[in-house]
Amino acid sequence: MKRQIIDRIVGRLTFIPAFAASLLLIVMTGVLCIRSQEILLNQSLPTLLFSSVWQPMAGKFGFLPFIAGTVWVTFVAMALSIPISLFSAIYLSQYAHRRIKATVQPLIDLLAGIPSIVFGLFGVLLLVPLVKDLIAPAFHISTSGYCVLTGGLVLAIMVVPLITSIAFEVLTAVPEDMRIASLAMGANRWETVKYVVFRKAFPGIVAAVVLGFSRAFGETMAVLMVVGNVAKIPSSLFDPAYPIPALIANNYGEMMSIPLYDSALMFAALLLLVVVVIFNIIANIVLIRVKRGIS
Amino acid sequence: MAGKPITISHLNVRIGDRNILKDISVSIPPNKITAIIGPSGCGKSTMLKCMNRMIDLVEEIDIEGDVHIDGENIYGSGIDVSLLRKKVGMIAQTPNPLPMSIYDNIAYGPRIHGQRKRTDLDEIVERCLNTVGLWSEVKERLEDPAAKLSIGQQQRLCLARALAVQPEVLLCDEVTSSLDPVSAKHIETELSSLKNDYTIVFVTHILRQAKRLADYVIFLYLGELVEYGPANEVFFHPKDPRTAAYIEGVFG
Ligand SMILES: Nc1ncnc2c1ncn2[C@@H]1O[C@H](COP(=O)(O)OP(=O)(O)O)[C@@H](O)[C@H]1O
Ligand SMILES: [Mg+2]
Repeated sequence: MKRQIIDRIVGRLTFIPAFAASLLLIVMTGVLCIRSQEILLNQSLPTLLFSSVWQPMAGKFGFLPFIAGTVWVTFVAMALSIPISLFSAIYLSQYAHRRIKATVQPLIDLLAGIPSIVFGLFGVLLLVPLVKDLIAPAFHISTSGYCVLTGGLVLAIMVVPLITSIAFEVLTAVPEDMRIASLAMGANRWETVKYVVFRKAFPGIVAAVVLGFSRAFGETMAVLMVVGNVAKIPSSLFDPAYPIPALIANNYGEMMSIPLYDSALMFAALLLLVVVVIFNIIANIVLIRVKRGIS
Repeated sequence: MAGKPITISHLNVRIGDRNILKDISVSIPPNKITAIIGPSGCGKSTMLKCMNRMIDLVEEIDIEGDVHIDGENIYGSGIDVSLLRKKVGMIAQTPNPLPMSIYDNIAYGPRIHGQRKRTDLDEIVERCLNTVGLWSEVKERLEDPAAKLSIGQQQRLCLARALAVQPEVLLCDEVTSSLDPVSAKHIETELSSLKNDYTIVFVTHILRQAKRLADYVIFLYLGELVEYGPANEVFFHPKDPRTAAYIEGVFG
């Protein structure tokens, strides 16, 4: 009898934090909505999203340069990090000798936990000069080095360990039996990875990539330090950009004397939140579809 | 179609510093069922895996000696392991369908080995599922995930999958041990009818099953080949006292 009561109490108690977590998301969205109301009443949503005129003094808040900056930087980061991460996860889980695995895997996990400011400093000290003096000249372009490419590189370096680490877990979790079945039919290791392991692990791989994306998309410090922060739509990899998180971090609390500025930044934050949520929802739909197809 | 003989000579297998198989020499005849019996841990699965080189997957493995299949040393240099495994099919202890449809499971091997034509694949899928008596049960739902089948059906699917690349040898590792009696019976019947076309090596720890199926018997004990011969002789006139003790159920 007592055991049943305890079970019931635990059931109730553990419900609270689980519920609170989802509540927090709703509260955050609510607060951001309320706080961005002012700017939304003042300017139309299309103007906010698609105008590139950013003149806060004149009351003009076109977010397009920042949206474009975020998209560019995130795109570069994901384009670099997805293939690198997946190949290293495949290597570590399928090809690497036990000893290599045991050495490399903890290092990757460690890398995934390093504070972003460290990556930012690394970017300023090494990547900015690298892009300025080596990469850009190779294309006969001159740049300060504080640009989209550097931002993307720093982000990729941050995101690769994260995706690799999760993808490795996911690939390792594919039952050994399935690999054996494929190999015993005469498939080689790469065919086995392509047709069996990856297929089975696909939902988890999607989850890993989404997590990496969310991290890259919202990363503030490391990007802000190397991306130049110029409120103009970048037209090449070597142009500076000004992603939304950097905009908020640089200006919140500083420019509050300007009317509507505070509300504009709240709107920017809301934008970030909404995109990440939408992305996660899409990923979940994909996952459900895929899972139904496999098992 | 015809099975191929397997000749094992002075096979020694070490994993780390443990001697798992000790100086095994034996000739396994074609188109017969040869059962490997022996208590758990005596090296039956290891011996089987030496015949299609799945043993290569084990880290820190050390193999000495030769295994000849149809006259070819499968540990020789220049051997194509992929082709070897096409010739030597294997069915595992627990059914291991691939994470794809029933159809794709059967078509997997042929596709890997270059068969692309849909009509050929259709024909192979139907023929192999028929051989294992699964066709009528699944022909309406070939596109369903294989994992939806019952365990017994899954094992028959695995047998059909192995047959799809037209092997010469079938290695079966306690293939009925995770099945219900009816499915186990199914598999047994199918294997006996297959022996005309294949060399079948069948690992089991169930003596009665070995008696029902085997033409020849290999008795392994602690990594040693203790006795080998026609099933009747090994079961009814064992030469080695250890064989006699095992058959009488002393080791369980
Ligand atoms: N991958 C492995 N690593 C280390 N030892 C192993 C491995 N596979 C098998 N062994 C050992 O080899 C011996 C024989 O195993 P196995 O061939 O599976 O026996 P059986 O199939 O007869 O039960 C056992 O003692 C087992 O512990
Ligand atoms: Mg075994």
